[in-house]
Order: sequence, then structure tokens, then C-alpha cells
Amino acid sequence: MLAPEQNWWKPLGRLEKTWLTVALVWCIFLTVMMPLWYYMGKQNVPAETYRTTPQQYAATVNEFVAQYQVGEENSIPVVAPPPGSDVYLRASAWQWYPILQLEKGKEYRLHISSMDYAHGFSLQPVNINLEVLPGYDYVATITPTSSGEFTIVCNEYCFLGHHTMVGKIIVK
Amino acid sequence: MATLAPTFPWTKDSKDDYRTCPVLTLKVDMHAERLIIANAVMAVVTLTLGGIAALLIALTRWQAIHLLDATWFYRLLTIHGIDMLIAWMVFFEMAGLHFGSTVLLNARHAAPKAAWLGFILMTVGGLMANFVVLFDPKNTVAYTAYLPLKASPLFYLSYILFAVGALIAVITFFINIVVAKREKRFEGSLPLVVFGFMTAAILATYTLLQGAAAVVPAFLWSAGILSNFDPGIYRNFFWGFGHPAQQVNLAAMISIWYALAQITVGIRPVNEKFSRLAFVLYLFFINLGSAHHLLVDPGLSFAWKAVNTSYAMYLAVLGSMMHAFSIPAALEVALRAKGYRKGLFGWLRNAPWGEPGFAALVVSMVMFGWIGGVTGVVIGTEQINLLVHNTMRLPGHFHATVVSGTTTAFMGFTYYVIPLIFRKELKLKKWAVWQPYVFGGGMLLVSLGMIVSGLQGVSRRNWDITFAGVVPGTIELSLAIFGIGAIIAVIGGIMYVTVVLTSILTGPRLEASKLLLVSGDNNPVLESTKLTEHDLESKQNQPKGSFVLVIAFLVWFAVYYLTNWWLLGRTWFIR
Repeated sequence: MLAPEQNWWKPLGRLEKTWLTVALVWCIFLTVMMPLWYYMGKQNVPAETYRTTPQQYAATVNEFVAQYQVGEENSIPVVAPPPGSDVYLRASAWQWYPILQLEKGKEYRLHISSMDYAHGFSLQPVNINLEVLPGYDYVATITPTSSGEFTIVCNEYCFLGHHTMVGKIIVK
Repeated sequence: MATLAPTFPWTKDSKDDYRTCPVLTLKVDMHAERLIIANAVMAVVTLTLGGIAALLIALTRWQAIHLLDATWFYRLLTIHGIDMLIAWMVFFEMAGLHFGSTVLLNARHAAPKAAWLGFILMTVGGLMANFVVLFDPKNTVAYTAYLPLKASPLFYLSYILFAVGALIAVITFFINIVVAKREKRFEGSLPLVVFGFMTAAILATYTLLQGAAAVVPAFLWSAGILSNFDPGIYRNFFWGFGHPAQQVNLAAMISIWYALAQITVGIRPVNEKFSRLAFVLYLFFINLGSAHHLLVDPGLSFAWKAVNTSYAMYLAVLGSMMHAFSIPAALEVALRAKGYRKGLFGWLRNAPWGEPGFAALVVSMVMFGWIGGVTGVVIGTEQINLLVHNTMRLPGHFHATVVSGTTTAFMGFTYYVIPLIFRKELKLKKWAVWQPYVFGGGMLLVSLGMIVSGLQGVSRRNWDITFAGVVPGTIELSLAIFGIGAIIAVIGGIMYVTVVLTSILTGPRLEASKLLLVSGDNNPVLESTKLTEHDLESKQNQPKGSFVLVIAFLVWFAVYYLTNWWLLGRTWFIR
């Protein structure tokens, strides 16, 4: 709180130096971990993105549903695309469309975009979370490693019906 | 009594009136005093509003009680964010800036009219934001107001008014420093606490400019003047405001930590260079943190995110780790110099635990570092963010930093502002002693409850997560822990507001006669000037205990960090 003496530029003490070194080494370790995992890890944040418009994206989704629909649940189509293909998921207030049926251990290119507001793709209980924005076609290349029914929760606030926005992915 | 302040003559022909503080022997400009009081009062008012909202939304998320309906939940959530994260913090910081740039420099307020204009704009903007959210259902957009969710133009306007007001107040801080220097009110370098406030003020300047880049176009878009504003760009600029704003809080809080440590224990920074370098690291690197909020956004490359999220190389984290050592070390050295030299932690046992300022300092430091800091670095790791984005682990983290950390420190500091600036005797001293512990204990449960819920996938800002039908029964427990913690923390908040109101509204105006509130009649700030170079360097006074504490901290940090990588490795493959 008080002004220091004129010359305060003094060498660090032994403990200060040691702590500074230890802390710096830790910071470098934290920095290195990210590129290391980027090249070695199996879980990385998708970066592939394309510009789109809500109209254009909705048309692609409809085409996709017409091609691979296998059923219907609560008037939302259940779609079973072949492994390795492009899979389209549409977010809008307050619905995920369609229901996807995937195979365990197979890779899919999952496209996600929004028709209106910002939404949050939160796959539970595997706990994978992505931001969904209108105008951006976000492509996540995923491989389900467990089977069962998984819920997509919207976890970006999208006005008053936000909590009712729940979707589904089935893995066989 | 010896004087702490150099006795420079007050400008002879200036019309300013001032008094001399009998405890710190510093001159207090009456303009500055009134500004500090006004800002502090608005801070407490907005804290009270935000606190009422906090209780109600917490009791709604506690699934067993589930108090509010969805509309009111989201509305009060919006109000809670605005009043706490923006209004309470910024009003208190403005009080701090006016205090730091005048009283601590023995100087006058050089631009009181501009400062009042800033205060009025902030008050109008802050109250207007509350008003438009409460009375126009369209404005229930959460305080982040992500596009293309469209609020009314008045909503954005209230943000702009508040921000312009804050910017004006920050500019008066710089003016005060320049004028004080020119009028030779202090010699040599700025005191460390003011240096920290200076860091906060510089950060605040570009924070507010980035806020303008987000909110001004949003305002124009909402008013129909701008046809389109990209939601991704908005998020980038919004967090260019929202994230550095938390670093303004951080820099202000750490300045307050140094101040509380000097007021209650009489520390002298062990190495000024070390502490100042740590502040400089914030200045250079902390603005990159905007990326923390965009880690799983579409359109951004790994390289961009990795560089930004790590503050170039975790250099801002390094700054915090330096303070994490330098403050306990300074406390330890000062206490050892007083003769408490037994073992590694004898000094800690003899610290003034019953002094409100010290209690607040310890609660704030422990919660901020051990919970807030560690969880922050972990969730800010690019890949780990996949597990965390928008789950309750996020509010779990920032309630540990902004509430348990910053708010507790500000509350503790208020108890000293009341006798020194409001010139009222602090009432209900027993309450003031217990308050930091009650508040901190409640907030500990809040953060833990949120983090454990988030680990199980519970999303934030969600009225009723059971709609999803996937949540395990254990979240009932973790959400209950959060709810109980919130009740305890709100009790701590009520204690604070009661102590403050009782003190400033009852009893006569009284010049302060001593610095410490409960633990003694001595004046630690005065004692700190007697700590010599020899005291600092003496072998017996070396901060070995603090070193052990920071190493223990690092071990906990490493365990939590590596556990999260392990958790990530168990989920689906994604790239």
C-alpha cells in the first residue's frame, strides 16, 4: 500500500527462484500436452467447418432423411446411415432432428448446424459437448465406442423452451 | 505517531478540501471520499439484488425444491449475471480505483466531475438493465445475450451506458495518477497495490473497447439498422470483453490481497520485482483468454485455440502462481519477524485468524487458487473442454474465482473502508469475524456441487435437467449439495449486507482511531515500514512453510489435471 523504496529491483531469493523454475516447468508441460494429444490422442476437438445457410442446410438434412429413414419415433424420423458416410443433424428451437442410428466402432462424419439460435450439442452420458451456430456447418468425425441409447441435451441457452430440447442417438 | 505519508504541501491555491486520515496519516480528498462512498453503496445495492436472484435460482436447480417456473428462472438467471458479474464487481472496482489513485498516493481527485458522470452513467445503465429484463420478456437472453437471440435495443443500450460510464471512471484513474506524479504527491514508483490497480485499469480499458465491438453492432442489429451480425464473431468479441473482465477482477482482487495482508499482518512484499513482474505477465497475456469460451466453436483451428487458450505458454497462469507464493511468503516473513518462528507452520498458527480482513484474505486465496485456478486451467485445455463446455463445471469454476475469491476479498476489504472512508464505527464485529468463513464455506459447497454435477453431464443454465431422462440419480445429491451451499452462502451475504448497513446507517460520524477491527490496537501498516532488509533476508525468516504449501498446491493441480486427461480418453473417438 505504501510506495516502495527507490531501488526495488533486487535479485530473487533462493525459494523464489526455485518456485519460479518449478512453476515455469509446469507451464511448459501444460503447453506441450495439447499438441502431444493432438497428434497421439483419439479425442480431439473437430475443426472442419463450412459456411452454410439455414435454408441450404435444412434441404441437405431432408435429403439425408429421405435417403436413409428406417422408422419414426414421436413423429421424428429415425435414420440409419451407412458407416463412413456423412450424417446430418439439425438443431432448432427446441428440437434435434432426426434421430440417428449408428453402429458401434464405425466412423461417421457428423454434420451439425442450427436453424435459428446458438445451441449446444451435449451427448450424454458420454459427455461430448460442442457449440452449434447458425450459418456454420460443423463436422465432427466420430466413432461410437459404446452402444445403447444416448441423449443429446441442448446446453446453450436458447430461450424459454431450452430445457425441453432433447434428442437421441442410438448405437447398435 | 510517526507519519506514513510523505508530507508534500497540498496545492496552495486549489479549492479542494481534504482531511487527514488519523490512522494512515494520508490525505483524503473529499471528492474522492464521496466518489468511493457512492460507488461502494451501489456495489452493495447490486450485490443485494443479485443475491436475491442467486437464492431463487439455486433453489430452482436444487431438483427436490425446484422453486421457480421456467420463465422466472431464466429471467432471474439473466439478472443474476448482470448484477453480480458486471455491476457489483465493476462498482466495487471503481471505488477501488478512486481509492488507489488518490488516498494511497496522498493525492487529490483531479477529475471529480468526469468521475461523477461515469458513476451516473453506470448507475443508469445498471438499473436500466435490471428493469428491461424484469419487465420485457423478450430480454430474457441471459447476460451473455448470444446472437441471434434478439433482445430489445434498450437491453444493449443499458450495457453500452454502463460500459461508457466505467470507461470514463477508468480514464479518471489514469488522470489522477499523472496529476499526482506531476504534483509530486509520491516519490519514485507507485505502491504495489496501486500498481496492481493500474494493471486492472489498463486491462479494463481494452476490455471495454472489445465489449463495444460486440454490443454496439448488436444494438444496431437489434434496432434494425444492421441487417446481419455473425454469431461467431459476436462470441469472439463478447468474450474479448467477458474474459478479460474477469482478469480485471483478478488484478483488482490481488491488489486487495496485498492490501489486506498489509493491513492485518503488516507485510512488506518480499521482492517487489517478483510481485510486479507477475502483474506485468497478466497485462501481456491475459487478453488471449477470450479463446477459453470458443474452444469447441465451429470454424477455429487447433493452432489458434492452443496458442490463445494457453496465454501463449500459460504465462498468465505463471503470474498467478507467482502471487500464490509471494503473498503467503510475505505473510510468513512478517510473522516470523515478529517472533513466530516455530517449525514450518508456527507462523500460521499465530496468524490473526479472528481479524475479518485476514479471514477474508485466507478464504479468498485458498478458494481462488485451489479450486478456481486449478479447475480454470483444466477446463481451458483445448481438448478437455470437450468434456466441459457449458456443463455445470463451468459455473463451478467461476463461482470459485469470482465469488469465493474476488467477492470474499472485496467483502473483507469493505470492513476497513467503513471506518477509514465512511468514518463510521464498524458494528456487529462478531458477525464480521465469522462472515468470511460462513460465506466461504457455503461457496465451497456451491462449487463442489456444481463441479460434481457437471462431471455427470448436467448442463448449466437449464431449468430442469431431468427432461433429458439420462441423468443418474447421484445428481440429485450433488445438486442438493449445491443448493444447501447456496443457502449458507446467502446467509453469509446477508451477514455482510447487515454489517455494512448497520454500520453506515447508525451511529455518529467518527474519525477512525485504529486500523485493526478486533485483533489489537497496533497498526500493522506502520509496523511494516520497520521491517528491514535484514528481517527479510534473515535465515530464520525464510518462507519455508509457504514453499511447502505451494508445492502441495502443485501436486493437487497435477492430480486433477491428469485425471481429466484420463476421463477424456474414455469417451468416444472424435476429431
